[in-house]
Amino acid sequence: MSGNVPSEHAQHGREETGRRRFLSRLSVALGALGAAFVAIPSVGFLLGLRKTPQVWRTVGKLSDFQLGSTVNVSFLDSSPLAWSGVTAQTAAWLRRVNDNQFIAFSMHCTHLGCPVRWLADANLFMCPCHGGVFYADGSVASGPPPKPLNQYPVRVENDEVQILTSPVPIT
Amino acid sequence: MRILKHAWNWFDDITGISDLIGPLMKHPVPRARKSAWFYVLGSATLIAFLIQIVTGIALASGYVPSSGQAYNTLVFITGTSFGRIVRGMHAFGADAMIILIGLHTIRVYLMAAYKYPRQMNWLTGAGLLMLTLLMAFTGQLLRWDQTGFWSVVIAAEQGGRTPLIGNWLGHFILAGDTVGGATLSRFFAAHVFFIPALIFLLIGFHLYLVLHNGISEPPQAGRPVDPKTYRSWYRALLARDGEPFWPDAAWRDVVFGFLVIATVAGLAIAVGPPGIGKPPDPTIVQASPRPEWYFLWYYALLTLIPKWSEDWVIILGPALFVVTLILLPLVAGKGERSPLRRPWSFVIVAFVMFMIAYYGVVGHVAPWSPRMEALPLPPRVVGATSGPVAEGAIVFHEKGCEYCHTVSGYGGIRGPDLTFAGDTMTSAQMTTRIFSGGANMPSYTGNLTPDQLSSLLAFLTSRHRRPLLSLPEASR
Repeated sequence: MSGNVPSEHAQHGREETGRRRFLSRLSVALGALGAAFVAIPSVGFLLGLRKTPQVWRTVGKLSDFQLGSTVNVSFLDSSPLAWSGVTAQTAAWLRRVNDNQFIAFSMHCTHLGCPVRWLADANLFMCPCHGGVFYADGSVASGPPPKPLNQYPVRVENDEVQILTSPVPIT
Repeated sequence: MRILKHAWNWFDDITGISDLIGPLMKHPVPRARKSAWFYVLGSATLIAFLIQIVTGIALASGYVPSSGQAYNTLVFITGTSFGRIVRGMHAFGADAMIILIGLHTIRVYLMAAYKYPRQMNWLTGAGLLMLTLLMAFTGQLLRWDQTGFWSVVIAAEQGGRTPLIGNWLGHFILAGDTVGGATLSRFFAAHVFFIPALIFLLIGFHLYLVLHNGISEPPQAGRPVDPKTYRSWYRALLARDGEPFWPDAAWRDVVFGFLVIATVAGLAIAVGPPGIGKPPDPTIVQASPRPEWYFLWYYALLTLIPKWSEDWVIILGPALFVVTLILLPLVAGKGERSPLRRPWSFVIVAFVMFMIAYYGVVGHVAPWSPRMEALPLPPRVVGATSGPVAEGAIVFHEKGCEYCHTVSGYGGIRGPDLTFAGDTMTSAQMTTRIFSGGANMPSYTGNLTPDQLSSLLAFLTSRHRRPLLSLPEASR
């Protein structure tokens, strides 16, 4: 640095610093913007959960179900993807209460979602995972479940028993 | 040979590869002497991970990650002779990776190698530990048999306990309203791309830090870490008494790593891959999902804690684990490293190992699970083939009592053993218990006819501490 032109140098240095600051900010900003262009659709796709409509599924004829008995029925999810295979099915415990009234219990234990089994002779639902037990009306009999068994809406239409498909209840 | 040497010289000249790798391989490390073999656990974990990558790529080339077809492709893979071995190696490799990363964590904790300047070594390692557990969970799920299917549901229900976002998180894990076509693909992408990518990044950073900070020297009581002087002291130690990593220290990593590979391959060939359960069909009611061995202790713990604390433990338990791992090097970043001066570290390690082993066994036995496959009691045990006692034994089975109560070695173990119930309870006490139930026993009010009750009581009161009756031939 020579002593006779300090101001020129300083001026040049300031310009250089400003230019560099601008260029690095531009690069960081463009980098972030570019990353956002890639990330937004990718993350959006991942977070976008497929909403399916609720539809009524026929699980059998009215005459198929005996009064008072609780049976395992299965029905197709409302809008299964073609590659769902067996997982497109949902099972439920269905009981005919009287001529036109049914109760459909979710298979999922309200504790951690394991499949409860109906013990016809004992009149109880029992969960194999942590030993939760529910009474015939779905209320908690013993063990860790915090809530009664969930129920699906059921209706009888034209002599057919139909269950309304519903999301897996997250308790 | 001369041609090869020429080729190598040419390649090295235009790439500079030996200038890059050579110093890394030959960098000086402290002599670990008696504890030298403790230093192989990290590289062995890496080798287990490399086994997972190679066998995982092989498996992915035969696996179709579709909810409807994955199960069949797994059956197909297992049916081929090499597929069976590769699956076995991937499963035993996963076990090895979990065991080794666990032991490596314990080694680093006991020797307090997480103290200055290696706090970030520990934090990246903690990240790798958590990612490894995530790999274990998502991996067993990709088997996509019945247990795989229900694992997703159980994970969603556990995630669902999170405050505020629980419901969303639960359905995010399911990838929709129910388990279906979208579910498995995501777990596949997580297991095969997303989590491994993070693992690669963290391993790179972890290894860079090992080189940057140098491998920790074996601790010595009375030689605390002082951040002001540590680095210069460490440099002096290496200059005075270091040895080149390759091959003086590395040979042990190679020997132990080879043993890991040989063990994994040997087990895969001798034992084979884990069995594939029933198909992932939610309409098959006979399902008793169980976690893999490394999560059995957690499964047991969640069952045995008081009911009111469950929501807290499901969320805060894992959170506390993560926070503890993060805080450890930040609050205890200097001072004594020797476990002899940190006796609590032994207590903590022993406690954690005991919890994992003890509750692992408890979770394996699962005494709380009703034995729903229990068969009716045989006449030899009942002691009668007709009359109220025999009828009572049938009621005992039909009403599910036997699923939770043992009689002469038959039945479940959730409730008290009733083999000698007649000695310890009166008929009136039994009636009260049967009707009132308990925390883990349903009430049978309105669920037994008077006849059923009286024969059940006849059966239970006939349970005495005496030799079993031998029946005449005709009744067998």
